[in-house]
Amino acid sequence: MSGARLPSHLKFLCVVCPNGCDLVVAVEGTSPPKVLDVTGHRCPRGVDYAVSEVERPLRSIASSVRVRGGEMSLASVRTDRPIPLESVFGVMEEIRRCVAEAPVRIGDVLLENPAGTGCRILATRNVEHLEKRGCQRG
Amino acid sequence: MKCEIRGVVVIGGGPAGLAAALSAVEAGCRDVLLLERDIRLGGILNQCIHDGFGLHAFGEALSGPEYAARYIDRVRTHDIEVRTGSMVLSLSRDRVLEVSSRNGYGTIRADAVVLAMGCRERTREALSIPGARPSGIYTAGAAQNLMNLENILPGRRAVILGSGDIGLIMARRMVLEGASVEGVYEVLPYASGLPRNLRQCLDDYGIPLHLSTTVTEVLGKGRLEGVVVSRVDESRSPIPGTEREVPCDVLLLSVGLIPENELARGCGISLDFRTGGAVVDETFMTDVPGVFACGNALHVHDLVDWVSVEASEAGREAADWAVAFRRGREPEVPVSLPVKAGEGVRYVLPGRLRGGRDAVLSLRVLAPGRDRDVILRVEGRDVLRRTFPRVHPAEMLRLAVPGSDLPPGGVVEVVSS
Repeated sequence: MSGARLPSHLKFLCVVCPNGCDLVVAVEGTSPPKVLDVTGHRCPRGVDYAVSEVERPLRSIASSVRVRGGEMSLASVRTDRPIPLESVFGVMEEIRRCVAEAPVRIGDVLLENPAGTGCRILATRNVEHLEKRGCQRG
Repeated sequence: MKCEIRGVVVIGGGPAGLAAALSAVEAGCRDVLLLERDIRLGGILNQCIHDGFGLHAFGEALSGPEYAARYIDRVRTHDIEVRTGSMVLSLSRDRVLEVSSRNGYGTIRADAVVLAMGCRERTREALSIPGARPSGIYTAGAAQNLMNLENILPGRRAVILGSGDIGLIMARRMVLEGASVEGVYEVLPYASGLPRNLRQCLDDYGIPLHLSTTVTEVLGKGRLEGVVVSRVDESRSPIPGTEREVPCDVLLLSVGLIPENELARGCGISLDFRTGGAVVDETFMTDVPGVFACGNALHVHDLVDWVSVEASEAGREAADWAVAFRRGREPEVPVSLPVKAGEGVRYVLPGRLRGGRDAVLSLRVLAPGRDRDVILRVEGRDVLRRTFPRVHPAEMLRLAVPGSDLPPGGVVEVVSS
């Protein structure tokens, strides 16, 4: 892990456009890794993609938050913007501890700035009060 | 018993049925009925909480429930009757449906029907893996339902058989919820999921993908204790001596989806053995007049966005049919000719072309490749030729074909550019 300075080659597909270039990326170091060279791309966007994927990959994540008093026990959630891949588990830990009260509406902010990422955790499912659903059942 | 008389009846309230019902009412049909067997609309999108839906349709990355809600909200504000908890038991050639609901048994006579029942997962039984029958073996979608809707983690140490997208997404989901994933095993020499999912679900979490490898035995009594995996040769037969034991307490199967077409079969609608869905023409009409098909019940899609596009078209055609039918004349069905899947093509839709009107060809290739031309050939003439820089069986190809000089029928081939 520490102090490894040998260059290595990563191979992955560029997903920026339908060309789907097979990128070969020469990388040095580990935390954070540094891109030395990119080959296999057909356009400059491939280089940008390779550098961001290797040096600072960003990801959106989705999970669920427990709901008290709802027709369902979970409300699905997602980050409102991509976060650094390395922060994913820290954010998941805060999502795990979070409990929401019904009703929950799509777009409700259930967490602010988890793990210092600056993102918001948004509800992506409507969860009604338990009683309301009871009526609907008829 | 009295038979209800309705305009357009849509079977299935998932993404296809929602889009079809909306476009049917927008196209001028004033009597649209949407039947859904679950207690809520949205279909499989309800359990697909990951994002990436709607990039084409809305230009943003939505989760499944959000994508569904966009359509459900519109259905609610339109004049569409929705009946949840209603399961269609049968469909006849004169478009009479038998329906079971909380109100009991009933029959509906429809002017037009849209089949939007979606698909189901292939199971272990379809693969015939030898060994015991312990608990802990799930289809990936069943595990997704347990985790995302019921808050149940199906196991702590997972093996995933098949590299379909649901399996890849579940691999990440399990890791995020604290389980470990030993690996994903794929019998084919290439992955069947989308590149985006391979990168973001496996590579990100260091989950290994083992190609040309499959599960050859299930171990454990009562509860799953492990699986035996083996390398396979070019004919997908396990190679003796390559067996390896992998301990695990849950095995997820992501080995393909099959359009759900019991209703179509019962109705005598011709099915395509390659897609598992109905044979339709460019108006999405089956060979039973007035019955249309769309979504994953027609063929398994890679992206929901295309399901919505296709289903909107099917809904519009169903509305046109129903309106004409209501005016007292059964519309005439123009002659159509078969479209064949030629060299390099696994399947192509529509399976029949009337010609003379705009159409969209949807197809899947047999093998991955670069710089390939898709050709529509009619009687030896290239009617359409389009180049794709990269093709993959996991990704559907869609080609708009202008109708002006489009003859009926043809052969679609994929060849090197």
